[in-house]
Amino acid sequence: MSAEVILKVENIGKQYRLGLVGTGTISHDLNRWWKRILGKEDPYLKVGESNNRTKKGQSDYVWAIKNITFEVKKGEVLGIIGKNGAGKSTLLKILSRVTGPSTGEIKTKGRIASLLEVGTGFHPEMTGRENIYLNGAILGMTKAEIRSKIDEIIDFSGCLRYIDTPVKRYSSGMKVRLAFAVAAHLEPDILVVDEVLAVGDAEFQKKAIGKMQDISNSDGRTVLFVSHNMESMARLCKRGLLLSNGEVKFTGNINDVINFYLSENLNFKSKFIEENVNGNCIVKSVSLINDEDNSSSNYRFDEAINIVFEIEKKNIDDYKYNLSFAIVNASDSVILSSSFNDLNNFNIDQGVSHYKATINGNFLNKGDYYVRLFFQNESLKKNIQRVDCLNFKINETGFYKNAQFRKAYIIPNLNWEKI
Amino acid sequence: MKTTDQEHWLYVISSKKKLVDFNFKEIWRYKDLLFLFVKRDIITLYKQTVLGPLWYLIQPLFTSLIFTLIFNNLADIPTGNGVPGFLFNLAGITTWNYFKECLLGTSDTFKKNENIFGKVYFPRVIMPMSVVVSNLLRYGIQFLVFTAVYVYYVNFTTSAFGVFPSFEVVILPFLIFLMALLGLGLGMIISSMTTKYRDLTFLIQFGVQLLMYGSAVMYPMSYFNNKLPNYYWLIEWNPIAIIVEFVRNITLGIGVLDLYKLLYATLVSFIIFLVGLVIFNKTEKSFIDTI
Repeated sequence: MSAEVILKVENIGKQYRLGLVGTGTISHDLNRWWKRILGKEDPYLKVGESNNRTKKGQSDYVWAIKNITFEVKKGEVLGIIGKNGAGKSTLLKILSRVTGPSTGEIKTKGRIASLLEVGTGFHPEMTGRENIYLNGAILGMTKAEIRSKIDEIIDFSGCLRYIDTPVKRYSSGMKVRLAFAVAAHLEPDILVVDEVLAVGDAEFQKKAIGKMQDISNSDGRTVLFVSHNMESMARLCKRGLLLSNGEVKFTGNINDVINFYLSENLNFKSKFIEENVNGNCIVKSVSLINDEDNSSSNYRFDEAINIVFEIEKKNIDDYKYNLSFAIVNASDSVILSSSFNDLNNFNIDQGVSHYKATINGNFLNKGDYYVRLFFQNESLKKNIQRVDCLNFKINETGFYKNAQFRKAYIIPNLNWEKI
Repeated sequence: MKTTDQEHWLYVISSKKKLVDFNFKEIWRYKDLLFLFVKRDIITLYKQTVLGPLWYLIQPLFTSLIFTLIFNNLADIPTGNGVPGFLFNLAGITTWNYFKECLLGTSDTFKKNENIFGKVYFPRVIMPMSVVVSNLLRYGIQFLVFTAVYVYYVNFTTSAFGVFPSFEVVILPFLIFLMALLGLGLGMIISSMTTKYRDLTFLIQFGVQLLMYGSAVMYPMSYFNNKLPNYYWLIEWNPIAIIVEFVRNITLGIGVLDLYKLLYATLVSFIIFLVGLVIFNKTEKSFIDTI
């Protein structure tokens, strides 16, 4: 046991009633109350279904989260990942005691402060300085604590000039900056952060992420972090927890969790067939072919990937065409793009012809990738774009020595020599 | 190992609800927040008004004036020999106002603060408590006005020959404390109930108005007993009426001092406050799901 457990979540569940509070509310309340007098369990806790938003359920009750159990060690930064409606916010709300759980228990050894939304309790008529005190106290700081940090907070917010002006005169960006500045200077034992990094302008976002990194790196601070931004997640957290339909699906090293999450709703597709396009000249299909001439979505790191385009031209025309593609990684960053026309004249012959682009091995880092297709009739200014028409995965096997520690999109085989 | 672990937990969030579950240490830790809320209420209430805090004074003075015109001059309700009607009404109104403001200010705690309660945790009871404290400051100012009017009537007019304070005036803070308990207790009960059933918000609107007529604000209790003896019990056992009557007794020297009544009012105030606290405490854990 390397570090002590600071937070223990045991079997937490939260049940909600669907529909309107109204008809049947009193009768259900009375029924509950009667069962409690008789010393029985709440009858409505037995019913209820898992939280799958898209399906129509049988019951009026759903479990927003159910049977959540995990532990957090002191000083750990835990990332919580999940789709919309997976139960992340509900879990954070219970952790920060905004609402109570229906079942289970949470035990903690430290004070929890949450940053569910910045700027809670700002009063528009009060000055920035007064609001710092009020907001800080709402978030759990004492007056003395705030006083000792007020200069730092004002400085971080960058609103010194307006600090004695009522907040209602602030621009919305300034309000958010001030609010985040207060929140960032909280010093609880456990900090719960929900998507607050998406505030302010680019400069401030950078500052905010930097501050979050400082917080999570300074020892002793335990942070629970929820975000949809996988890049900042991977940067800030070490361990991850994946929620799906209200239950813990996967927990472990943050990179594994992110990869699991991203590949979860991904059916690897190594062949794309165009169906809905009419025209004289079309891309009929695109496939991923490995060196053994098989269609595949799974590649070793050192394996070459061949992207093969099948193009059909029914009649001869004089139009200029352009064929290109891009490789996009799981966090939507474009890693490379290439066009047939870069070096060649793209003359398409009549009939069906094939074109091949090869991505060498020892190049793309491990991970999941998508292929984006662009086919353009340059003369008619007509585009066909197919986003994510193919996807593939590059596995760890065949790595260079220690390459798994490199955080880079591409790890090319460069020419190293002693000179 | 397990047992030692158990002792070190700072707190436990559980689905099991205890009937009485207060963490006074925690409330104490948030005392700064209480005073910041009070400060907020006071400095923002009259922002961008011309008269500012003068409104604190205008309201009771004008209400007393109207009450004197209507109830004493027009309807001929006697206020006691040598006690000016204006002074009589002012005493009743300032006391009643404190109760009213506490009740109205706390009765929509959950609904008014839904936004902030939905985002961060702090002991929810801080909110209604801050309302009671900031109203206390307001009451203090109004009481000073009452004192000024009082001094004026006694020293500069001849109409207040029957007015004399008794030494029991020292229990005035206690009476105000009871008013605070009543207002806060009832307010917490109502605010808890309105999270699920909104009907009470409509009730409270005119309920407070009706209650004023039943709280001996503009007439002495003895006068009511003379005129409507059949309904006297309604007033007799109303703790607010008892407290109002008491305040007038110790400041103006009219009405009867009945210690048993005071004991009764104290008991009722404490019970209402405790019931309110329990209900409020139970509601705060999950109200955000039903509001």
